[in-house]
Amino acid sequence: MSSFVDYTVNGLVIGNIYALLAVGLALIFGVANLINFAQGSVYTIGAYIGWAAITFLHMPLPLTMAIVFVGSGLIGVLIERIGLRPLQGKARIAPLIATIGLSFVLDQLVQLIFSASPRALPSDLPDIRIDIAGGSIGAMDVLIAGAGLSSAAVLYVFLRFTKLGYAVRATAQDREAARQMGVNVDAVNSAVFAIASALGGLSGLLVGMYYNHIDPAMSFQATLKGVVAQVIGGVGNVPGAIVGSLLLGLVESYGIALLGTSYRNLFAFVLLIGFLLFLPNGLFGGRSVVHSEPLTGSFIAPSREFPVPRWAVIALTLTAFALPLIYNAPYLLQTLTNAWLAAMLALSLTLVSGTTGQMSFGHAGLLAIGGYASALLALNIGWSPALSIPAAGLIAAAIGTALVFPAFRLRGHYIAIATLAIGEIVSLTILNWESLTQGAMGISGIPPLSAFGHEAYSARSVYYVCLVVLAALALLQTRLLSSHLGRTLRAVREDEVAARSFGIQLSHYKSIAFAFGGFGAGVSGGIAAHLYSYLNNQTFDSQLSLLALTMVILGGMGNVLGAILGALVLVGLPEMFRFAAEYRILIYGIVLLLLIRFRPQGLLGAV
Amino acid sequence: MAPLLEIRSLSRSFGGVTAVQSLDLHVMPGELVSIIGPNGAGKTTTFNLISGLDRPDAGEIRLGQRALAGLSPEAIAALGVARTFQHGRVFANLSVLDNVLIGAHTRLRAARPGAPLIGPIAELFRALVRPVWVKREAQAHEQEAHEILALFGDRLTPRVNDPAYSLSYANRRRVEIARALALRPKLLLLDEPTAGMNPTETTEMQALVADLKARGVTILLIEHKLEMVMQLSDRIYVLDDGAKIAEGAPAEVRNDPAVIEAYLGHSGVGGAATAAYEAVA
Repeated sequence: MSSFVDYTVNGLVIGNIYALLAVGLALIFGVANLINFAQGSVYTIGAYIGWAAITFLHMPLPLTMAIVFVGSGLIGVLIERIGLRPLQGKARIAPLIATIGLSFVLDQLVQLIFSASPRALPSDLPDIRIDIAGGSIGAMDVLIAGAGLSSAAVLYVFLRFTKLGYAVRATAQDREAARQMGVNVDAVNSAVFAIASALGGLSGLLVGMYYNHIDPAMSFQATLKGVVAQVIGGVGNVPGAIVGSLLLGLVESYGIALLGTSYRNLFAFVLLIGFLLFLPNGLFGGRSVVHSEPLTGSFIAPSREFPVPRWAVIALTLTAFALPLIYNAPYLLQTLTNAWLAAMLALSLTLVSGTTGQMSFGHAGLLAIGGYASALLALNIGWSPALSIPAAGLIAAAIGTALVFPAFRLRGHYIAIATLAIGEIVSLTILNWESLTQGAMGISGIPPLSAFGHEAYSARSVYYVCLVVLAALALLQTRLLSSHLGRTLRAVREDEVAARSFGIQLSHYKSIAFAFGGFGAGVSGGIAAHLYSYLNNQTFDSQLSLLALTMVILGGMGNVLGAILGALVLVGLPEMFRFAAEYRILIYGIVLLLLIRFRPQGLLGAV
Repeated sequence: MAPLLEIRSLSRSFGGVTAVQSLDLHVMPGELVSIIGPNGAGKTTTFNLISGLDRPDAGEIRLGQRALAGLSPEAIAALGVARTFQHGRVFANLSVLDNVLIGAHTRLRAARPGAPLIGPIAELFRALVRPVWVKREAQAHEQEAHEILALFGDRLTPRVNDPAYSLSYANRRRVEIARALALRPKLLLLDEPTAGMNPTETTEMQALVADLKARGVTILLIEHKLEMVMQLSDRIYVLDDGAKIAEGAPAEVRNDPAVIEAYLGHSGVGGAATAAYEAVA
């Protein structure tokens, strides 16, 4: 009984923290039709502003909270100015990708300024606990509940009774009409981002004080939790976001009570997938928010493929094959090997997201499935990598497609959220299925690449293995695109309604795209497993998924050569300039932002 | 002779607003039948119900012996119903040729769906391995697509490989019709094919539709330009507020007092309605 009360209090406290995040996301979705992936970054920044105020300036708590509120709010204004305003009228996915780029940049800046190591965030609250019904409530719990409730109340008053609040609600209902009636929509957006970010920053401060722990890596999970809470409550619905957050907090808390801490996130994502599939409008979403626009081909910018002459492709391929013979420098070859592996992933993603238009934010999950499959087949059954890697490709294709299949009827942002969650579920399943995967310990001693008794140890032989596999996959994909499948998949991307009206079964073709893509990604993961000789649940993390997305956008959505070029540039250039790892992510973020703003069709053009 | 398309007491309402109200309608094989009526009369809703994009609240839709209501759009397309869209839904980033080839998708043997699980895998292999029959079929379809595009004179032939987004509005409408023709439809649903076209282009489109009719294509047409409707149609249905207010040969409909009233007596009568009245009278 006592524990039940404690778990309930804990669930409600966490729920309040999620609510501060989710309310902001809901407001932003309401006015800008955008899921703000930088929300978690603001949350982290809020925590660090608070930490600096308390540690260096010895501020009292109320003043700290005020500083966090204002500081985070200003960051929000900045996000709107960079990530949203210049992209109006561009493809709907553009601002979303811009916020991903911004989150890369902000998270890495935090890490560069404050270092990656965790910090303690002490609170000077009195250590009083009130006993209630066998459990207890502490001062911190009261503070968080108070912050949640008062924010909700202030927000309600703001939206109901102030002029700007009216403008926000009008913009959310009909952006164009509001503009015509004289509402300054840009100012509304700016205000909404400021409010959302101020609340998000406050949430970060409170959670840091609650656990007495902050670190720069907390950002991504925070965004995800906010999104989950929002989907539960109905995307864009403010009261819904609050209820969804409390529900999520409680489910997580009770889930931990039943199964242990490592299951917390699994609960959250399974709940998310459940809602997306069975109640995509959430608990409070009234009308269907899933609709598509005719004529616009709403997904990618109209563009033409940059014509790369055939002889140039052949010459470059020959150069790649001849390189180790001319210049056998292990470091260069290793870097290029990494680029080829990344290119396999990018090829897979460019088919799924570029050609077929199914935004996949969880593509690293396919690598993980492939990597573990090949490693386990080699270690447990003794298969040669020559056999286990293709098998891993097939397994990744089968499992990946089966996991995404139920989400095929979702569109736009929703398929992106679903794939993100599926990627997390794969990683969390690996973490928790210890009998098979050895959990967080990981699998070590994976045998090196070999075929027919010959082991590939040297940098040169590994390079050739990867290059040959990449070339084969690229040729296959080119052949696929030149067949009837190429135009059919692109028709699915352009307009699902028109495609169906001409007899195209959407799930059939989405399956083909995911299966083909899954094979390539699985092979890449399989090869990587044998190269690294060690895997754990974080080897292929969600950041890799977003990196792959950057490569694909850089090269040009759906463009085979573009995917390879994107991988080469983003893996190769940082190595060439020997940037430290944290600068790399910063660069990826900036590249993403510049691309979306100035060249959304990518270097070689979307196809 | 049995009707090709038969609709009985079809109804559909959206949250209290009745879009289509117990509509009866039929189209005989080879006929060209038009649906006219003021905006909001339920014309496009009827098309959406026939083509499976929307589901009726009540009523029956039959294509020959097959009941259509409740079938998916892809299944209805496979039965030989092709349509164009009121506001145009070409595949913007696909070339003109590819748009037309998508129209032939239901006839493509290389793309026959097959059993679940095995079907997609088999299709993938056919696309990658490409046996001789698949290549021949692809060539034949391409040839046919060029022939269909040639129906539009030199409007589309110089732009075969251009992406559809680069076309003029009128040309996009033509691509839509070409795409629908590539399905070799038993029944062709044309939703305002001349919307946004100037008089010359409209005359051209009218000649094309007349030509299609002469080739024996069964057509159900929604059109606001009544002159064209009167000249082309075998029969006309007039809808207003979701209900049928008149039907018959052009000459009968033209003199029907209910029709004249529907066009004139409506609140918010504008230039378009007056013009329509003049065309009717």
